[in-house]
Amino acid sequence: MADPRVTGAQSAPPRRLSWNDPDVRSVVYQVVAVSLIVFIGWFLVSNTLHNLSVRNISTGFQFLTREAGFAIGESPIAYGPENTYARAIMVGLLNTLRIAVIGIILATILGTIVGIARLSKNWLVAKISMIYVEVIRNVPLLLQLFFWYAIITETLPGPRQAINVMPGVFMSNRGIKLPAPTDHVAFDIAAFGFLLAFIVIGVVVHYAKKRQDATGKAFPVYRTGIALLVGLPFLGWLLGGAPMELNVPKLQGFNYVGGATLTPEFAALLIGLVLYTAGFIAEVVRAGIQAVNYGQWEAAGALGLSRSQTLRLIVLPQSLRVIIPPMTSQYLNLTKNSSLAVAIGYPDIVSVANTTLNQTGQAIEGIMIIMAVYLTISLSISLFMNWYNKQIALVER
Amino acid sequence: MSTASETMAPPANSTGPIAWVKERLFSSPLNAILTILAVWLVIMALPPLIEWGLIKASFTASTSQECRAGGGACWAFIGKKYRLMLFGLYPYDEQWRPLIAAIILIAMIIMSCMQRFWNKSLLYIWVGGLVTVSILMWGGIFGLKYVEDTLWGGLPLTLILATFGIAIAFPFGVALALGRRSKMPAIKTLCVLYIELIRGVPLISMLFMSSVMLPLFLPEGFSIDKLLRAQIAIILFAAAYLAEVVRGGLQAIPKGQYEGADSLGLSFYQKSRLIILPQALKIVIPPLVSLFIAVFKDTSLVVIIGIYDLMQSTKVSLTDAAWRGFSIEAYIFVSLIYFVFCYGMSKYSQNLEKRLATGHKR
Repeated sequence: MADPRVTGAQSAPPRRLSWNDPDVRSVVYQVVAVSLIVFIGWFLVSNTLHNLSVRNISTGFQFLTREAGFAIGESPIAYGPENTYARAIMVGLLNTLRIAVIGIILATILGTIVGIARLSKNWLVAKISMIYVEVIRNVPLLLQLFFWYAIITETLPGPRQAINVMPGVFMSNRGIKLPAPTDHVAFDIAAFGFLLAFIVIGVVVHYAKKRQDATGKAFPVYRTGIALLVGLPFLGWLLGGAPMELNVPKLQGFNYVGGATLTPEFAALLIGLVLYTAGFIAEVVRAGIQAVNYGQWEAAGALGLSRSQTLRLIVLPQSLRVIIPPMTSQYLNLTKNSSLAVAIGYPDIVSVANTTLNQTGQAIEGIMIIMAVYLTISLSISLFMNWYNKQIALVER
Repeated sequence: MSTASETMAPPANSTGPIAWVKERLFSSPLNAILTILAVWLVIMALPPLIEWGLIKASFTASTSQECRAGGGACWAFIGKKYRLMLFGLYPYDEQWRPLIAAIILIAMIIMSCMQRFWNKSLLYIWVGGLVTVSILMWGGIFGLKYVEDTLWGGLPLTLILATFGIAIAFPFGVALALGRRSKMPAIKTLCVLYIELIRGVPLISMLFMSSVMLPLFLPEGFSIDKLLRAQIAIILFAAAYLAEVVRGGLQAIPKGQYEGADSLGLSFYQKSRLIILPQALKIVIPPLVSLFIAVFKDTSLVVIIGIYDLMQSTKVSLTDAAWRGFSIEAYIFVSLIYFVFCYGMSKYSQNLEKRLATGHKR
């Protein structure tokens, strides 16, 4: 009975330092671990500083204010080679955000449809969805991107023989041309109406929930929401003078002028990312729906709800709780996977930062920018989805 | 009066193919519309694909002009280039070595899938297998010609990056998972920081880091070659994801197991090795297989830093001026290879899940 803590029934005897004391061990382990990490860190940093001074590379972010001198294929903001590196990186960041936001929205829609279709009673629909999911999930995304890029640039004809899919929509190896609204104040008002609709819907949902809690009367939130989303922009368009003309792309010389363009790079990346992520989202949705107890389906049937009503009112709200966490990681994956853009030449943040670090030799700063951007985006998506998850979580007694 | 024992055939419209079609395809108006849409989709897509891929395709053409004349797919291109696609720039006469290496790696993966080997022998299989593969690929002893690893390529390289990546990341991942659940704040913080940092950034940025930053990290006059740097990036990356998978298993072990081990007076190391990890790792085998599939697919990203894996050697085979413009065929061929591996493993993991779940189902 040497351990003082076992025999120490009287006043606690003074503790001696002993390797058998878990607290002592724990402190020693931690001190060793931290000093090891600090030592490795110091070793790497000192090597790096030495190597940089040998190669005459100055550290710091001063290079951001210098002239970039390279062009970027597509940019949501005005940009030219005479702009600074900072602005070039900003363009890359915006391009990344653009593909991520559009990709997440489209992949969610497609993935949910496919996920539900996989559970359909319709044999043909279920089988087609299954084949889609299995093929898409088991081929690397990069390969799929190359594949779509090759389809667009190699098998589509040149602009002069462009395929006219719909009136005003032309597909050629220079990308997809779409009619775009002309510059008119009415479209700005319509866009504003669209944003306003979201705020109004938020208010309506809040009010509807309050009323239902108080009176038990349901409010047609879905129908009102859709009406608002369509109506407010339409109203804005009417208010602005209802301009009718669209900017339709026209063939002029060797290429199209006017209209909006989806470049081959953007189109391939978007198609690839959306199809790939939708395959994974479909599985998430399917697992979520299957996680809902079958008794819920039967009870809803007993209440006389139709299959689509059951899905919308009973099953989906419950499965959302299961779906949200894995869905979050799919959104994060899509955002991180958008970095594969560099392989097919879409100027996202990785591609621009890579060009920058090749030109300036500022490798560490370039990589740090890339990592900081992705960490920020990842953390923001996680935070938002965690907040949303809390909103829909099951509130128990 | 008919006797009760006389059995009547079921109504004709409730069994047989017609009933099946009625039930599974046309049970409601919406269902009928969906069926018609799906049939239309199949009719639109399948015949042109079959015509392109089989009927009009050319399998034996000797020049690209001849191949293109048919108007269909040019599978002869694959026949001409498969050695380059599968083995990259490895010396032509020595290509039996990467072939055997690839077979050994595949055999290792298959053996790891068999429950019979889920004990110490698996460790020996992996160590022995990886050593044999290294000897075969590098050579330099036993009369084998030395082959620089810059010449490695194709499928063996993809398999090497994935299997070595997971195998070496495994101990790190387990250590990180244990560290993340540790009660020591400093160790826990370090592990959480590492895992979340790595999981927050794309693999590409890790590969870029390994290719441009790693050389700066090392003391002067000391360098690691490109392939090893990419392998290190994949290991660091896989370890973080592995840690999260293993952590899931650790969390699923009831507290009583930890307390039971403690009450027997086992040390932390004994407790983890003898009680906790055997149970936790068994639970996480299916997600581990999924992780392996993900890493296997992700190794294709090394293309971006110019390493000749299956993807890159395919892209190189496409640059031959005499055989231009057959990228669709080449990509389909490579997709098929990836698909066979990934689909096989995912089917295996689904089966395994069913087999392992029997004990827990009520």
